[in-house]
Amino acid sequence: MSDRPSKRTLALPWSELVLVVGLIIAAIYMNGLSPAFLSFSNFFEITRISVETGLAALGMTLVIITGGIDLSVGSVLGLSGIVMGILHHMGLEVWLAAAIAVGTGALCGFINGQLITRAGIPPLIVTLATLAIFRGLALGISQARSFGSYPPEFLALGAGYLGSVPTQLLVFGVLALLVGLLLAKTTLGRFIYAIGNNAMAARFSGVPVNRVLVLVYTLSGALAGVAGVIFTARVSSARSDAGIGTELDAITAVVLGGASISGGSGSIVGTLLGLLLVGVVRNGLTLAFIPAEQQAIIIGSILLVAVLLNQVIRLRSRRN
Amino acid sequence: MYVDRGRELSIIFFLVLLGIVLAVFAPGFYNARNASDILVNISYITIAAMGMTAVILTAQIDISVGAILAACSTVAGLSAKAGVPIPLVFLYAIGTGAAIGLINGLLVAYARIPSIIVTLGMLTVIRGVIILVTGGSWIYDLPANFRTVGTGSTLGLPNPVWLMLATLLVGAWVFSQTRWGRSLYAVGSNPAAARLAGIAVERTYVSVFMLSGALVGLATMAFATRFTTVQSNTGQGFEFVVITAVVVGGTNIFGGSGTALGSFLGALLVGVTGTALTFLRVSAYWEQSLQGLFILLAVALDVARKRGALNFSFRWPSSRRPT
Repeated sequence: MSDRPSKRTLALPWSELVLVVGLIIAAIYMNGLSPAFLSFSNFFEITRISVETGLAALGMTLVIITGGIDLSVGSVLGLSGIVMGILHHMGLEVWLAAAIAVGTGALCGFINGQLITRAGIPPLIVTLATLAIFRGLALGISQARSFGSYPPEFLALGAGYLGSVPTQLLVFGVLALLVGLLLAKTTLGRFIYAIGNNAMAARFSGVPVNRVLVLVYTLSGALAGVAGVIFTARVSSARSDAGIGTELDAITAVVLGGASISGGSGSIVGTLLGLLLVGVVRNGLTLAFIPAEQQAIIIGSILLVAVLLNQVIRLRSRRN
Repeated sequence: MYVDRGRELSIIFFLVLLGIVLAVFAPGFYNARNASDILVNISYITIAAMGMTAVILTAQIDISVGAILAACSTVAGLSAKAGVPIPLVFLYAIGTGAAIGLINGLLVAYARIPSIIVTLGMLTVIRGVIILVTGGSWIYDLPANFRTVGTGSTLGLPNPVWLMLATLLVGAWVFSQTRWGRSLYAVGSNPAAARLAGIAVERTYVSVFMLSGALVGLATMAFATRFTTVQSNTGQGFEFVVITAVVVGGTNIFGGSGTALGSFLGALLVGVTGTALTFLRVSAYWEQSLQGLFILLAVALDVARKRGALNFSFRWPSSRRPT
């Protein structure tokens, strides 16, 4: 494990390079399908709808690097949105309601983290269970109603522009930068990689494994909470079915970005490239009038092929 | 042979407790019609849960079963409408499931991709292919001879219940008595040791995913046949219900232990609770939360028992502790 930094510099740029090449090929091909593709306004529209998945993917990157998984992000997104909608409906100031929504997301993540570290239940099961629990809570407390009528300055968060950049893209950019720095430049970031490589060794080296894990899941929940707020602002209504399936898109982006599902490797840059690839493919196909369902086949296939390639490269390099 | 009946007995205990609550607050729950409805409703879950039990016994997971159910229902619905003889319709459905399972299994066993990723990708691909084939429209006007399979009764019991009981019996026998069944426990407990003991580990992985797919195909006999249409988005969330049944039923998510009967009881508990909520006038919107809580409780119990934190456990008198 002592050679981890050098392994990182070898392994990651390689898979990121593959992604960049894939992206360029996809972009050129899409531009052939529809000339509207390579324009700035179109580029921003791609990113606007990808921001919620992107926020979930940021947290998911940290979680997957520790060797865990967070299937509950879609439900956390829905629950935080509903909490915000109900509080605002009850007359609370909209930004305060939004802050409480993000707090709700963080609390959900904290609960995940506690169940994983204290009760010792594997992350897959904990978050599979909380996926149902949080979604059920969102449905239960809202009785499947939706909550609308927000002030325009809040809706601007989901549908407005700052200059020519969609508002939520700026929010996402700042958060991505922060999480990226946290992962690449801080002790906490190194701890996260250490846990993913070998949790036992990390514990013996003095890494506060449980505390780091709880923090990572809390962060994942909080980011899903932010996504819930942005979703509410984008569609101008809080709905209990918001974010169903977000976890799958987020995992796809993270794994496409070169993170190993068994932990220990991955990066925010990789995840951003993965997100962009999914966004570009989806948007290009939409412009070429290929329906969403056929896009799903293509994206699912891309995921399988990407993982297969990564796996082949990994098995090869292990053999050498 | 050592069998831990603790989980099965705790589920029965919980069912009895729920039964008492219902008897006091909602005596209307007890009638033959309702009991039969519950059994029919869990029949296709139990059938698929037998396959999922095999998968989880080997410490893998299959989250594509909901999409496979949709694929098999679509194949069954389209071929039934095209006038294919009914036995052949279900053969097609089972074959479809087995073929998808084969792909899952090969990717898990030989490409060494974690099963959660394989079945996640597969789920997306299958859903897409279904829409491609059906154009997103529902399949209407299923022929009557197709629907009697699911809506008819034989000897006073609905057909889906017979199918479930048969699958359960065969499952219980296969898991506990056959060489292949025992190899699942060995592979799930310790793949390296299983390999040294001469078990073809990769082939076992392929076979469990194939079985899971094939049984989902079989489950369409108790599922697609009960409705007048096949919806293009059918089976969404099915994987969650099946995994809940299996895990609540005591199959260890780390592999190596679990029984067919447990998975059936798990499905029964899920089914009874869902109906009980309606009778207790609790909004059905809470049901999902409750199922999630069940999973957590069940697995937390597993973990606690593994750590030896809970010394009490119910066992059949004849069982021994493993040495």
